Amino acid sequence: MFRKSRVLSPHWYRLPVVRSRERVIHFAIRVAAGISLLITIGIVAILLSQSILFFGNAEVTLRSFFLDTVWQPLIGRFGIVPLLNATVMTSLIAVLTAMPVGLCVAIYLSEYASERARAILKPTLEILAGIPTVVYGYFAIAFITPLLRILFGIFEEHAVQPYNTASAGLAIGILILPLIISLIEDALSAIPNSLREAAYGLGANKLQTSLQVVVPAALSGIVAGFILALSRAIGETMIVALAAGAGPNFTFNPLKGAETITGYIVRISGGDIAYNTPDYNSIFALALVLFLATFILNLISRRVVSHFRESYNE
Amino acid sequence: MQFLIHRFFRSNHTNRLWVATMLFSTVLATSALLILLLTIINNSFGLVIVEDTVPLTAMDPNVQSVADISRGRKIEIIEEHLLPGVLRRLEREQPLSQRSNEELTTIIIEEVTKPKIIHSWSLLQSIGRRQHIMNEYGVTINPQDPTRLEFRFWLHPRILLAPQSAEVEIAGIRAALLGSLWVMLISILLAFPVGVATAIYLEEYARPTLLNRIMQTNIYNLAGIPSIIYGLLGLVVFVRLLGPLTSGQLFQATADYTANGRTIISAGATLGLLILPIIIISAQEALRAAPQTLRDSSYGVGATKWQTIWYHVLPNAIDRIITGAILALSRAVGETAPLVVVGASTFVAIDPKGVFSKFTTLPIQIYQWSARPEDEFRRLAAAAIVVLLLLLLSMNAFAIILRNHYSKKRRLLL
Repeated sequence: MFRKSRVLSPHWYRLPVVRSRERVIHFAIRVAAGISLLITIGIVAILLSQSILFFGNAEVTLRSFFLDTVWQPLIGRFGIVPLLNATVMTSLIAVLTAMPVGLCVAIYLSEYASERARAILKPTLEILAGIPTVVYGYFAIAFITPLLRILFGIFEEHAVQPYNTASAGLAIGILILPLIISLIEDALSAIPNSLREAAYGLGANKLQTSLQVVVPAALSGIVAGFILALSRAIGETMIVALAAGAGPNFTFNPLKGAETITGYIVRISGGDIAYNTPDYNSIFALALVLFLATFILNLISRRVVSHFRESYNE
Repeated sequence: MQFLIHRFFRSNHTNRLWVATMLFSTVLATSALLILLLTIINNSFGLVIVEDTVPLTAMDPNVQSVADISRGRKIEIIEEHLLPGVLRRLEREQPLSQRSNEELTTIIIEEVTKPKIIHSWSLLQSIGRRQHIMNEYGVTINPQDPTRLEFRFWLHPRILLAPQSAEVEIAGIRAALLGSLWVMLISILLAFPVGVATAIYLEEYARPTLLNRIMQTNIYNLAGIPSIIYGLLGLVVFVRLLGPLTSGQLFQATADYTANGRTIISAGATLGLLILPIIIISAQEALRAAPQTLRDSSYGVGATKWQTIWYHVLPNAIDRIITGAILALSRAVGETAPLVVVGASTFVAIDPKGVFSKFTTLPIQIYQWSARPEDEFRRLAAAAIVVLLLLLLSMNAFAIILRNHYSKKRRLLL
């Protein structure tokens, strides 16, 4: 039906119009793909340039920024310690409460649960993951804080302040729980079945197989999940803006209010603020610290995961 | 020691305890969702004590509510109670005689009766306590009384239609809801084409060069950057650098509602950047799922690369791409922090008129109401949360239906 030459080399492909169209499309797609690189370059450039402006102030030195324990822009004291301390506290509370629960649920889902239980539980946890963070913030002030006040009110009447890092931390814990569960479950189910069968063959029971064989084998994946969850908790904003308190406060008491890095950025940028004042520039310096922290954590977690994958992909 | 560990793991007691711990954790995790939803529902209904500035009986002794007053009498009431200046302003906007009955009712409630909520209770606090509250506060449930006890559905249809207000009684989420829809539209229009093009580049065109590997790693890293940092990016790029463009000055669109680049288009573009990596990653997965045989057979009949992608690969993957885009969009709808940083307005009482208007969105409205100390605003926030969750639920349900529809079709085809 077709002439031979037509089948083997479609001559219309050699038409200039087709060829140039291909080239234009290829170019357009390349440009679009470049945008994602531009975002990163833009973020780094903006954070760096504004931070340099900030450190150009006579009042601020790198040393005082990292070592001063007072953050009061009004009197020219910019010490990141109280903000960083609050961020570390809320994130640690979140990860330390969510991790044991998440680990148990993930082991249950991966090793014990029936197909039916999985079919119900996994979508439920996915719903939890889809709820906006501002709703968790509301939950923290409308439920967790009153609950804490009742619980700790037994010991001391005003032990719990209306805004406190504990309730924010617990709410972040609920927020990152689905993430932790799905990451750990992925790590556990990546363990080849031969390991489990070998354990059973040696006479191990289910508990021994899960805790002494599967979990240690998936340890690096679990650690990666932990790190990723920590990075998510550090960057969480709305929960701490609503529940952790508005005002830098250097305290180690989780029942007292203390503003985190993200909470400060939101409060300052939400108000009316003049561009290029030390106040305004300070939020970029803080954001740079936040960016570097989450970036490094994400990088470590990705390294750990890829290392873990390699060791089981033979 | 080894023996003790062995005995510990072998004992029936430990095994049972372990299963109980796992089940307890699972119940804890799922009950978090349940308690969260119950807290919101608990706060969106309840008893309130309302006090009118001007009692209803003083206006018309024979009716049960303002809406029941006759039209002529309403106009009389308005003319009687309003300050001359306010009255003149209203008349100038539109003469009272030409306004609809509902509008007159709203004016009377806003300007004359001015009901104030003195006290409010949540649903749990309200159940079975009506009589107790009535005795304690000396109020009745008679709708004609100036101070009365009412059972309030905070999620009243009125809240959807009313603009924002400093008064709890007449505050609504209309501007916020419209703002959310506008911002969603802008962000998806910007992010979808770019995201899909990037995914096509990475999956179909890119050779594993260093640059392309960096690009891929970069996209995963972008997805992990805290959203607030995107807000700062948007603030500097869209609000400050591109200010003349995003405030509409270049298009002669400057009207009294412009806000120095703190506009819907800036917000939408910021969220577009935020969801771009999510769209790229999900579109890449969709493209990867398209069978290689499809591409091979298309090349086999002499199609070019782009023809193969456009006529065979994309139609095969489009449902997964769209599902991923909807899920990314539902992430954008719930985002608050970057929009606060970009400069959401704290008070928007008029509907957005276009992409160069000031903006507020539903989550921002929720944030502002939640941050206020008054209980009443917290209840309004709960009602707004219900609206937000319903919006998200319908979007996700749409995505799931789409996925199921197409996966059934695909199974039939194969």
